[in-house]
Amino acid sequence: MALNAQRGETVAGRPVTASPRRVNLEPLFLIAPALVVCIGILYPFGLAVFYSITNYSLTLPIIKVTGLRNYAYIFSNADFWHSTAVTLGYAVSAVAIELVLGMIVALLLDRDTLLAKVMRGLIILPLMIAPVLGTLMWKLMMDPSFGVANFLLSPFGLRNLTWGDSPYTALPTAVLIDVWIYTPFIALLLLAGLRSISPSLYEAAEVDGATPWGMFRAVTLPAIAPYLIVCTLFRMVDSLRAFDILFALTKGGPGNTLWNYQVTAYYQTITFSNVGLGSAYMVINWAIIYILSQALVSWWNGAKDRAAA
Amino acid sequence: MKAKTRRNILGDALLAVLSFFFLFPIYWAVLMAFKTQADTTAWPPKFFFTPTLDNFRVVLGLGGESSGEVIAGASTSIIPALGHSLVISLGALLVSLVVGIPAAYALARYKFASRESIAFTFLSFRFAPELLVIIPLFVIFRNIRLYDTYVGMIWIYQLITLPLVVWIVRGYFEDIPLEIEEAAKVDGCNWWGTFRHVALPLAAPGIAAALLLAFIYAWNNFIFVLILGGEHTQTVTLAALNFLSSEQQVYGQMAAAVLISILPVLALALYGQRYLVRGLSLGAVKE
Repeated sequence: MALNAQRGETVAGRPVTASPRRVNLEPLFLIAPALVVCIGILYPFGLAVFYSITNYSLTLPIIKVTGLRNYAYIFSNADFWHSTAVTLGYAVSAVAIELVLGMIVALLLDRDTLLAKVMRGLIILPLMIAPVLGTLMWKLMMDPSFGVANFLLSPFGLRNLTWGDSPYTALPTAVLIDVWIYTPFIALLLLAGLRSISPSLYEAAEVDGATPWGMFRAVTLPAIAPYLIVCTLFRMVDSLRAFDILFALTKGGPGNTLWNYQVTAYYQTITFSNVGLGSAYMVINWAIIYILSQALVSWWNGAKDRAAA
Repeated sequence: MKAKTRRNILGDALLAVLSFFFLFPIYWAVLMAFKTQADTTAWPPKFFFTPTLDNFRVVLGLGGESSGEVIAGASTSIIPALGHSLVISLGALLVSLVVGIPAAYALARYKFASRESIAFTFLSFRFAPELLVIIPLFVIFRNIRLYDTYVGMIWIYQLITLPLVVWIVRGYFEDIPLEIEEAAKVDGCNWWGTFRHVALPLAAPGIAAALLLAFIYAWNNFIFVLILGGEHTQTVTLAALNFLSSEQQVYGQMAAAVLISILPVLALALYGQRYLVRGLSLGAVKE
């Protein structure tokens, strides 16, 4: 109670903090339940790191610490480099297409026509559908013998696309579905960014005789740079750990065509019972995501300062 | 003025093409759900046909005729899966709500050692590859008999719902002017009273947004239940995928199952979408 009386006297506008010398129990009390739940997540996480340095297999009775042997095996194995190529190829191509397309959609939605108004409400729909179910929707259209996708594309000379069924088209098909689901994510965030730009900036640029492209580069792009980086951060992280679309499309097939890190870890652990190896794959995946997200967050902070300046 | 009109027409034409891309798959799934098996496999694909409710009858377990053809192994009802999805999503939401909102308030309003690292720990859940946590839990759950139980599923679902609630609600708490809370304290409210009667109601839109989004993400999740769930916890995402694995591909039933599964989420999304944009980026983008 003494703490409260003291805080009641602090000058309005200053942060609500107790004097630094006293141990402040209120935040601890408030945050403790969440920390308990945290442990339920952090403990398995630590266990995964431990498993990754063991030979743990569901078929072996005893766990033996084998040091970095799993990692040495992984790095010298062609399967790992295949899954690295799938992971990076999928993530980079999906995010690049989504950023460009999302930017275009955001600019088109940020207008006053009837269609733009209607679509501002409807564009969110693909994003809200479970990626697994969205993928199933696409499979309804992509049957090679009677799918409507090949029917709609036939006037353009594309009649016999194999979609998920062939090793050559499975990855582009997965990227296409990813683009369908997540471009609205980027479009909606960028639209919020476009709306935050003051019209006076455009008017000033117009007086200076700027072309539309010049205005986009000089006014729009710097102002929405922080939004673009946030979009990239979220989409990059999520596509580096993609699973749902790849699994729903072909269960990772044909063969191991769509085995990125998470799909590989799934098969290693669940199908082949190699818990140690599967965990090592996930630790590597996590490390890549962690380093990348740190870089993007510091880039974001810089862009935010520049946009505010 | 004329140039502007022409630009708008050009823009609308491009937007129409893109809108077709984003909406056609949903439209097509709706059509497929009302088609007979013969109509779903017709070439050229049929845009006009006599609709049937048989697919919905089968998927809802009402025992409809499968349009004259005997379709083996695909007569499982999706109703139990809807129930499982509802219990798991709402259960996960409730836990995240009870532990997450006080934590969000503490992270927004108090300065204490390691505050930012605790906040970042919650955020890192959002960015962790799911299997990193699922693989050990797969082992743990089998040992302590939590495999294929609601408790186990609600536990692992915290990985997605808790960071959403903590980070979105924290942003809304930070937006409340300190003066308002100070005034309440001057009027004799203690910290709990201030939290309950001042901060909580003012952050209500943020809490609503977080809950909406957390529910949608929980409902849409697939990988947790694929590995840690079984027949007692099978959710709609897994059930709908199982329609694919049936011996004969019954596209109409699959479409009906997908539609029923996404309907609750689409209704929520259209209803609450003005709250959703800020939440999508965990508060990094404010509208």
